[in-house]
Amino acid sequence: MKTIAELQKLRQDSLDQVHLRKERSGIRVVVGMATCGIAAGARPVLMTLLKESKRKNVENILVTQTGCLGSCEYEPIIEVFKPGEGKVTYVRATPEKAVKIMEEHIIKGEVVTDYCIGAYTK
Amino acid sequence: MNVYRSHVLICGGTGCASADSFKMMDKFHDELKKHDLAEEVKLVKTGCFGLCEAGPIVIVYPERSFYSQVKMEDVERITEEHLLKGRVIKDLLFKETPDEDTIKAIEEVGFYKKQKRIALQNCGVINPEVIEEYIAVDGYQALAKVLTEMQPEEVIDTLKQSGLRGRGGGGFPAGLKWEFTAKAEGDQKYVACNADEGDPGAFMDRSILEGDPHVIIEAMAIAGYAVGATKGYVYIRAEYPIAVDRLRIAIKQAKMHNLLGTDIFGSGFDFDLEIRLGAGAFVCGEETALINSIEGKRGMPRPRPPFPAHKGIWNKPTLLNNVESYANVPQIILNGPEWFAGIGTEKSKGTKVFALGGKINNTGLVEVPMGTSLREVIYDVGGGIPKGKAFKAVQTGGPSGGCIPMEHIDTPIDYDNLIKLGSMMGSGGMIVMDEDNCMVDIARFFLDFTVEESCGKCPPCRIGTKRMLEILNNITEGRGTLEDLDRLEALAGNIKESSLCGLGQTAPNPVISTLHYFRHEYEAHVTEKRCPAGACQALANYSITEACKGCTLCVKVCPVDAIQGERKALHTIDTDACIKCGACVDKCPFKAIVKK
Repeated sequence: MKTIAELQKLRQDSLDQVHLRKERSGIRVVVGMATCGIAAGARPVLMTLLKESKRKNVENILVTQTGCLGSCEYEPIIEVFKPGEGKVTYVRATPEKAVKIMEEHIIKGEVVTDYCIGAYTK
Repeated sequence: MNVYRSHVLICGGTGCASADSFKMMDKFHDELKKHDLAEEVKLVKTGCFGLCEAGPIVIVYPERSFYSQVKMEDVERITEEHLLKGRVIKDLLFKETPDEDTIKAIEEVGFYKKQKRIALQNCGVINPEVIEEYIAVDGYQALAKVLTEMQPEEVIDTLKQSGLRGRGGGGFPAGLKWEFTAKAEGDQKYVACNADEGDPGAFMDRSILEGDPHVIIEAMAIAGYAVGATKGYVYIRAEYPIAVDRLRIAIKQAKMHNLLGTDIFGSGFDFDLEIRLGAGAFVCGEETALINSIEGKRGMPRPRPPFPAHKGIWNKPTLLNNVESYANVPQIILNGPEWFAGIGTEKSKGTKVFALGGKINNTGLVEVPMGTSLREVIYDVGGGIPKGKAFKAVQTGGPSGGCIPMEHIDTPIDYDNLIKLGSMMGSGGMIVMDEDNCMVDIARFFLDFTVEESCGKCPPCRIGTKRMLEILNNITEGRGTLEDLDRLEALAGNIKESSLCGLGQTAPNPVISTLHYFRHEYEAHVTEKRCPAGACQALANYSITEACKGCTLCVKVCPVDAIQGERKALHTIDTDACIKCGACVDKCPFKAIVKK
């Protein structure tokens, strides 16, 4: 390497390779991926969230899976944990809804109430 | 580039690799493909996680699930349950992590809680064969800083202020060594890394090279800049094939990115690195013997002075440091010398890696701040002695060190305290012994090693250690006398005084320290012809107790017909005929045969 700028660029580009293994305090997005979730189509939802977070360069975010959340009839379920805010549960998610949740809630900070569990259980 | 939602880290250190972790990696690969997860889950081969006892180890991020003693058939389960369905498999987790109904973070487990990882910080976290991962965790930042912002003298001052002392054994202040080499006159200077780790049971250097090889390259380049050397050698034993491979890969990658080569970071500084393989002689860990070996000569020590800082490789000024010493350097540059000096004791700064072995629950590699007590390392980190046995002693410093008994177990570990106790830091081997270990036998074991490894150049070491071993053999076989103990002491003193190099000068230490702390065991061997620990086979006496039911199984198994007895009657052993093989003890279903 001839300059430090080169090193910093390579470092920036490589951060994705290890970011999962670092201590973190940022946003956590969890998708229920037990048998019920997978059967209801949770996998494309999870992949969409991952790709969107990368495409929009959302920093300090962790998209991951979890087991059965207990409300199998509402699967696929996405839960969003933002530091300092409560948990928001989205149900009957689709890849399209996932795109919107990423844009509106995670990036702009506005909860998409229409997709929340409250809108379905009324 | 792909974004992965989960990383599966598989230990690729020598310990886990010998338990088939590479094959497990292939199996994971197939399983992920089968479940169409290859795009979402990344497999990462890492270096050693330290807890070798629990290997093979697999860690799944982001949950940080620490799976231990994973078997081939568990791969399917982990893939289907955890990776596909997101259910952590509790019964495969390391035994200390599952709590009542939660799962403890691995950092909260006793083994990791008291550790502070500086030299080992990337081991088990990054893939050692991918330079980008090292760079992502701030790799080569220290080199960049040194080459663009610091003068060589500043680098040396930083190191001096940090208080770093050589981790290979002697504990010489690293900053001073760098300064001597920098000030020495010479048209060409060299930087060398001592990776000839020979102490039985010590494997921290291997683990660093296997888990984080780039840190050594970076540190050696920094050292080269500081002392004015353009060429470096890593002397590593050929019996560490995984470490050699990974270092080769790392050097190739560093050259590709011009982190080794000419005009690094446009600073005008050139540095190149080569590997020299050793054939595995213990004496080649001694610096002058190592230098001879690098030059292609027979690995025998030279008299000092001149020291390598003045006349080293090809008689040119040479800086020689150990792997673990180098591994601390980039962190010292990045975090500042005050940070490093803030860890440890007054005269021993930073952390030290120990290889825990022997009678201990958590065998493995641990890195603790200097000043941590032996008790904390053995009981809190090491998890204590297996099977509820009593602690007898801990051997530190390998064949050059000594045994430390229970009464000193609360001593804070640092260079000077261990010397005061008649032992030494050495490279950091720590072998724990329980009530079943005979201290005479332990001393004999280490002497046997040094006799085998003595290069033969100087008579005190070549002949003296051999005589000591003969005396120890006599004692353990019941032919010793009280005068032998005096002879051992006299010989030990002479060998220490007159040997040419560190090997001979420290070889008597295991005998001296055991004679000092456990003289009563030696005396029992020579006066009562008895081994208090029951470990010396030749001194053992077998007898049959009242628990004997007269089943005759022992009669049949005895190879020399030393056991007599009728069916359903108490048997007896003819102790003169008995060859003490112990076969009868193993066979007896009533535990009626005892060894005393």
